[in-house]
Amino acid sequence: MTEPLPRPRRKNPLGRTRLPLSPQGARSRTAHGLTAAAAEGRFRLQTCADCGAVVYPPRDACPQCLSPRLPYEDVEAGGVLVAETTVRAATDPYFRERVPWRIGTVKLDAGPALVAHLHGDAAEGGRVRLELKLDKSGAPVAIALPERDTPNMQDDPQLRELTSDPKYRRVLITDGRTAVGQAMAKAFSEAGSSIVFVGIADAWKPFPGMGALRGIERVEIVPFDMTDSESVTEQAEQNGGRVDIIVNTAEHVRAGGIIDRRGIGIAREEMDVRYFGLMRLAQAFGPVMRFRGADGVNSASAIVNLLSVYALMNWPAYGAHSAAEAACLSATQSLRAELRPGGVRMVNVFFGPLDTEWFQTVPPPKVAPAALARAVIEALKRGVEDVFVGDVAEDVRARLAVNPKALERELAS
Amino acid sequence: MSVSSLHAFARAVTSGGIRVVDLTQTLSPEFPTIVLPPEFGQCAPFRLEEISRYDERGPAWYWNNFTVGEHTGTHFDAPIHWVTGKDLPDNAVDTIPVKNFIAPAVVIDCSKVAASDPDFVLTIPMVEAWEREHGRIEPGSWVLLRTDWSKRPYAGYAGLSEDGAHTPGPAPDVVKWLVEQRDVHGLGTETIGTDAGQAQHFNPPYPAHFYMHGKGRYGLQCLANLDLLPPQGAVIIAAPLKIKQGSGSPLRVLALIAGERA
Repeated sequence: MTEPLPRPRRKNPLGRTRLPLSPQGARSRTAHGLTAAAAEGRFRLQTCADCGAVVYPPRDACPQCLSPRLPYEDVEAGGVLVAETTVRAATDPYFRERVPWRIGTVKLDAGPALVAHLHGDAAEGGRVRLELKLDKSGAPVAIALPERDTPNMQDDPQLRELTSDPKYRRVLITDGRTAVGQAMAKAFSEAGSSIVFVGIADAWKPFPGMGALRGIERVEIVPFDMTDSESVTEQAEQNGGRVDIIVNTAEHVRAGGIIDRRGIGIAREEMDVRYFGLMRLAQAFGPVMRFRGADGVNSASAIVNLLSVYALMNWPAYGAHSAAEAACLSATQSLRAELRPGGVRMVNVFFGPLDTEWFQTVPPPKVAPAALARAVIEALKRGVEDVFVGDVAEDVRARLAVNPKALERELAS
Repeated sequence: MSVSSLHAFARAVTSGGIRVVDLTQTLSPEFPTIVLPPEFGQCAPFRLEEISRYDERGPAWYWNNFTVGEHTGTHFDAPIHWVTGKDLPDNAVDTIPVKNFIAPAVVIDCSKVAASDPDFVLTIPMVEAWEREHGRIEPGSWVLLRTDWSKRPYAGYAGLSEDGAHTPGPAPDVVKWLVEQRDVHGLGTETIGTDAGQAQHFNPPYPAHFYMHGKGRYGLQCLANLDLLPPQGAVIIAAPLKIKQGSGSPLRVLALIAGERA
């Protein structure tokens, strides 16, 4: 059983902040199949298309039959922890300051044996399940978890190093005026975040749910306007050093394509909120978060960006909106690389139409704000970086993988 | 007027014989702007982006780009702003004769009644009562409606609730009367619009815009410091930016009033 994580003590202001380090993160092109799987929280290994052998470590030809056809497929993640060891001294600077560190060999039911990081509740000789995670360098690693969930298992230090668990972390939700922002505030409060900063722009404009939002435990309303550089900077100056997770809930959804809209006024607003907004956020909070990536139990850990799945392929019914989302998505890819030296994760959460007023005329299935909030918490606890929430998002994702051109035509019809 | 009296005027400004009062709100990102239903186009709030501040973007100089709507902050409304004034000659900020940017003003103090009634509307009898005390409104005068609204915190200033904004303004008949019977220059208010917050329910809707601009008169809104002006005798300098076919513009509004020293 895992010792429950104690509430982190206040930081000693006389102590130096530990700087982030990364474990070795180079992977071959073929091995990035594991990165792709880990990014979405899947357990996939190469499986020979000719002889069916499951292959690990990643190879360019099947060791059984020499076939070059080795696609990554979902495989059973169960196995036995056949050997374990505890590393007590390491030359690698990252592990050097994290020892003792348990690793072990897991013999998978699917065939191969892997060297994996070990959860504290994974016992030698016992059954375990493997998960692929992204470590602080962004590279895929395997961790062996106890076969069934154990109490407080999320608090295990080796697991926590691979996740962005909101427990005892301080979160900033960028826009609390929306149903999504409010659902998010509630979810983070319930997930044990120690402060839930909720940004409100133009406080002089009343909004539905204001009273309930104020009533959520550990919620602190802060003035925050994603379209105003000064406002974002001021908030970073004030609280940037104690924001460990940011969830960007700022949204701007308007129906319509491009030709039939008169002028670019709305498009400017879309870009201002979504693309420039993210940029303001990253410039103001990015440096301090990157600096605090190894700052103890409540280190800076993740920026979560909520994205329409139509960032991946334009939906002309919301054509200009989709374009702004695509710009925002591209920015997150740059940010992911820029945040990596600090071990701060950029999480993209994709979803189809939300069950909110701006998709009023769109038929179901739609994603409820509370479901989106649950998915964000889950994503942070699992340490994934690409999440698809709801049937529409899953569907777009699947069709995109098969035939992007077909998807383009289908979304236009 | 002779050159020497113009110089005497300038000297009086310098010496304090004429006092200059700033009637302008600071252009800042936080200052409330008019809010339309979200499906409409919106007036851009004021935003400032640094170009450089003695840094790698420009080592020895500090400057900004700003974005702003024509009707953000303390601003001027030209007749072209409203559909009733769309076909008038010289109806945009770039074509209005520049002499119209300097005019005398009367200040009607409604601050006491407005304090307890956000939906306060100015009526003809109230203006007639004001005239009995302070004299008839001269043709070509700005009528400035003092409500002390500019002193309110932003939430109360914008006055938004579920049924729209609640801020004071003029009744329809008084606007028509001021234009037709008093030939006023325009209407100035401390609130976000020259019209009352609920003026979309008046008949006609938005009467200050409807009548003033329909007759080629002007508007000033989001004014401040009206409490420092005398009821009669102030001169207003309000020159909007020269925006090609502009419907209005943020501007610095100054009032000249007689100082202690003659």
